[in-house]
Amino acid sequence: MKSTGKVVGVNGNMVTVNVTGLVSMNEVAYILTDGKRLKSEVIRIQGDKVQVQVFEMTKGVGIDDDVEFTDDMLTVELGPGLIGQVYDGLQNPLPELAEEAGFFLERGVYLNALNREREWEFTPIANTGAKVTAGDSLGSVPENNFTHNIMVPFNLLDTYTVKSIKEKGAYKLKDTVVELADDKGNVFNVTLVFNWPVKRAIKCYEERLKPVDPLVTKIRLIDTFLPVAKGGTFCIPGPFGAGKTVLQQAMSKNAEVDIVIVAACGERAGEVVETLKEFPELLDPKTGRSLMERTIIICNTSSMPVASREASVYTAVTLAEYYRQMGLDVMLLADSTSRWAQAMREMSGRLEEIPGEEAFPAYLESSISGFYERAGIVKLKNGEKGSVTICGTVSPAGGNFEEPVTQATLKVVGAFLGLSRERSDARKYPAIHPLDSWTKYPGLIDAEQTAYAYDLLRRSYEIGSMMKVVGEEGTSTDDFIVYMKGEFLDAVYYQQNSFDPVDAAVTPERQAFLFKQIMEVLTAELDLDTKEEVRNWINKLRQSFLDYNSSQWESDDFKSYDKEINNLIADKKVGILANAAKLMEK
Amino acid sequence: MKKVYSKIESIAGNVITVYADGIKYGELAEVSTKFGKSLAEVIKLDGGLVSLQVFAGGRGISTGDEIRFLGHPMKVSFSDNLMGRIFDGSGVPRDNGPALNENLITIGGPSFNPAKRIIPRNMIRTGIPMIDIFNSLVESQKLPIFSVSGEPYNQLLARIAMQAEVDIIILGGIGLKYDDYLFFKDTLEEGGALSRTIMFMHTASDPVVESLMVPDISLAVAEKFALKGKKVLVLLTDMTNFADAMKEIAITQEQVPSNRGYPGDLYSQLASRYEKAVDIEGAGSITILGVTTMPGDDVTHPVPDNTGYITEGQYLLKNGKIEPFGSLSRLKQQVNDKTRDDHRALMDGMIKLYASYKDSMEKKSMGFHMSSWDEKLLKYGEKFEAGMMDLSVNIPLEKALDLGWEILSDCFAPEETGLKSSLLEKFWPVKETV
Repeated sequence: MKSTGKVVGVNGNMVTVNVTGLVSMNEVAYILTDGKRLKSEVIRIQGDKVQVQVFEMTKGVGIDDDVEFTDDMLTVELGPGLIGQVYDGLQNPLPELAEEAGFFLERGVYLNALNREREWEFTPIANTGAKVTAGDSLGSVPENNFTHNIMVPFNLLDTYTVKSIKEKGAYKLKDTVVELADDKGNVFNVTLVFNWPVKRAIKCYEERLKPVDPLVTKIRLIDTFLPVAKGGTFCIPGPFGAGKTVLQQAMSKNAEVDIVIVAACGERAGEVVETLKEFPELLDPKTGRSLMERTIIICNTSSMPVASREASVYTAVTLAEYYRQMGLDVMLLADSTSRWAQAMREMSGRLEEIPGEEAFPAYLESSISGFYERAGIVKLKNGEKGSVTICGTVSPAGGNFEEPVTQATLKVVGAFLGLSRERSDARKYPAIHPLDSWTKYPGLIDAEQTAYAYDLLRRSYEIGSMMKVVGEEGTSTDDFIVYMKGEFLDAVYYQQNSFDPVDAAVTPERQAFLFKQIMEVLTAELDLDTKEEVRNWINKLRQSFLDYNSSQWESDDFKSYDKEINNLIADKKVGILANAAKLMEK
Repeated sequence: MKKVYSKIESIAGNVITVYADGIKYGELAEVSTKFGKSLAEVIKLDGGLVSLQVFAGGRGISTGDEIRFLGHPMKVSFSDNLMGRIFDGSGVPRDNGPALNENLITIGGPSFNPAKRIIPRNMIRTGIPMIDIFNSLVESQKLPIFSVSGEPYNQLLARIAMQAEVDIIILGGIGLKYDDYLFFKDTLEEGGALSRTIMFMHTASDPVVESLMVPDISLAVAEKFALKGKKVLVLLTDMTNFADAMKEIAITQEQVPSNRGYPGDLYSQLASRYEKAVDIEGAGSITILGVTTMPGDDVTHPVPDNTGYITEGQYLLKNGKIEPFGSLSRLKQQVNDKTRDDHRALMDGMIKLYASYKDSMEKKSMGFHMSSWDEKLLKYGEKFEAGMMDLSVNIPLEKALDLGWEILSDCFAPEETGLKSSLLEKFWPVKETV
């Protein structure tokens, strides 16, 4: 029998309940107020007093209001039809909610995450009598252009025998398609959908592998210099206005993955709207289908209740893990993890816990690492590989990376793409600071060559800051050449125009080609005597490269710019610098 | 059923506690003291013990004072009768007009469904060139004016209130100096804009709790008008006072402070107000312009910092001018391609030249030689500041664009401006160039 209770205290969105019966941690309970059922989650148990955080506004909740416990943790529905949906943090479909409740998010309205009436074309895979365990495929249904596996629900922990399986045909979500029996003869009905608690990682795989395959984002600075791996984790911290969201939006459009999950967590609603309205119109270059057919949006914007904001990142990562189980590469973009951390801070404050740094709870670090650790590339039981890559933005207070959320994040991620106010003010986009950022993953391009370019950039920065003191007059021509080469690299390779249809997304093939050209320039011994000559030559070269960058790959324009550039280089290049001779032989 | 209690258990700061039955969270009560009546809001329930925040403050309340629960949360009257009226933070008239009690609406309602939002598409013209040309204000945008105490931000708001092309202005004053309140009242009255304005004014001498209500009341009223198809512009000044009021109350309630004494939910609190800005498909819109004064001119202070993460850009008001470099309207790209062909190009071109002017100024102040190009830039900079940046300039966008070409042609040869030849042909004023 499920437990019940009565409200005995209210403080913000934390409600204290006197419970009769058993209760478990993180169990979902409903508070009955004004004829509405307000969803909440148990976050502390003390004797028969239980504290729950309510996922809605608590205005109007009174002493002695009835509370119903569900005996279930906060779960999401996993089944076909998730792709293309727009959910709130608790997996309520927002467009359907709008049909039901109008312009505003009325509290206490919860809808099914997945359509119950839609029919799916089921093809059986498993045979009657087969032995199966959690995560094994029993059959499949087509979802967009994916084969959506119908698996043994992850919460069935034993070994089961397939007792019966339905024939190929159209079934609704809740139709039983398979009957499983355990040793004791208990029978379990498997439908196309099952529920899974969001705060538990899905672990039905053979083994976790080391993330080494690069995840192509088509952003030059990332792919070439600061690569991220499939199944890896990376973070994008930056002050407001530095372009975190724009960068993530570019990735959500262009990254070479199967499925993108966008978790808009505590940020502006307007930004989600751009994705919502744009994606159905844009085509995925790989499949030629609408981008929305590979995207799921979890949207818990800043004015929506904080408790569900806390849940939203878990909802997102659970959906990501589910599709990973089908051997797909999934990328999760969480914007922003700082808002999620703040939601934890608000709750911790109401619970009157002893605060840590900047009043964040002491478990901030373990929560952050627990979240990022749900990323990974895994070998499934059928030998296929699937991955979840997590990218989180961080919004540090005052743009200062020394704050607790950024620091805790840096401890667990594999790559750090720090945005700088200085670069965004100078309109240098993407505003990732090339020298402060780092990565632990291997990239597309030979590491020694990128290291050479990096080193040159570092020296260029040093010379640049020296020149601010001694002026151009006090700088030798050789140093000035290094400085200008660094500026050149920055202008034509690091910076990328996301509004230009060609430059916005650069294929790995083109990156390799362009980088080779760049290296020709960077390693060149030049026949230039005065600074004026250096400046003129580099400026010309830069202009040609910029035109080159915005011309279609291998078009006539492209070829003519290519020729122009080769001529420009040949004009002044007299040899290869000694320190690069070996490198360029490769 | 209205219940009356007359035994107050404790009084701490603005919060009183009383044992009462059947009370709902967020419910209002009326406290009668020997100084008069005040509203109070239920902020905590703990068994039978009810904590109430008294709007007029705890000063002078006696343990024997009477508390009458009203059985409903904070509400405000909504009708066309609001137009031209002035109220205080709890909705009581300040202007000797009658109290309004019909058609009460709840404040602080649920948030707008993101799936129902649309991409912003209409510009709001203000007649101020630094806004219209360089950082256009867009319907449904939320923008703060970052400023420092002493800057004429209230003058700027008053001018926007008079000039902006919207249907209704709702002005929310939070912790205003009494002089500033009178300034707004007089200016709008003289400018003839009072009839389309509703004011909710909390002055620095009013009880601090009341200031917390001002944004919610203003936005609740705005929302209703927007649903009825009106274009509403909500002006809030000063949101830093609002944040400071939250800080004061959080600290007296012994909440754990997070950053420089501000409560941990500062971001969520500010966001839930600013996010009310919306363009409603098939109806009206709410646009929010707030003032955020930066203590110590420090943009990393928690209030401007959190605000910056919420809003869609900011106007930076410094030395009496809207600074072109620190200001940004993130939504301007949505509208400035639909005004006139030359809008975007002129915006970029003039700002680039103004940046070069700043460099020349720096060189000049360091005693470097001024080339003829530098001289041109200096001339341009002066004209730009006088013609465009001066806050008293009030001209429509098209006139302002024409003025921009005028200034350019006074200072430069066409090819020196870096603008596209097609635009130069079409817009360059025909006359002798200097």
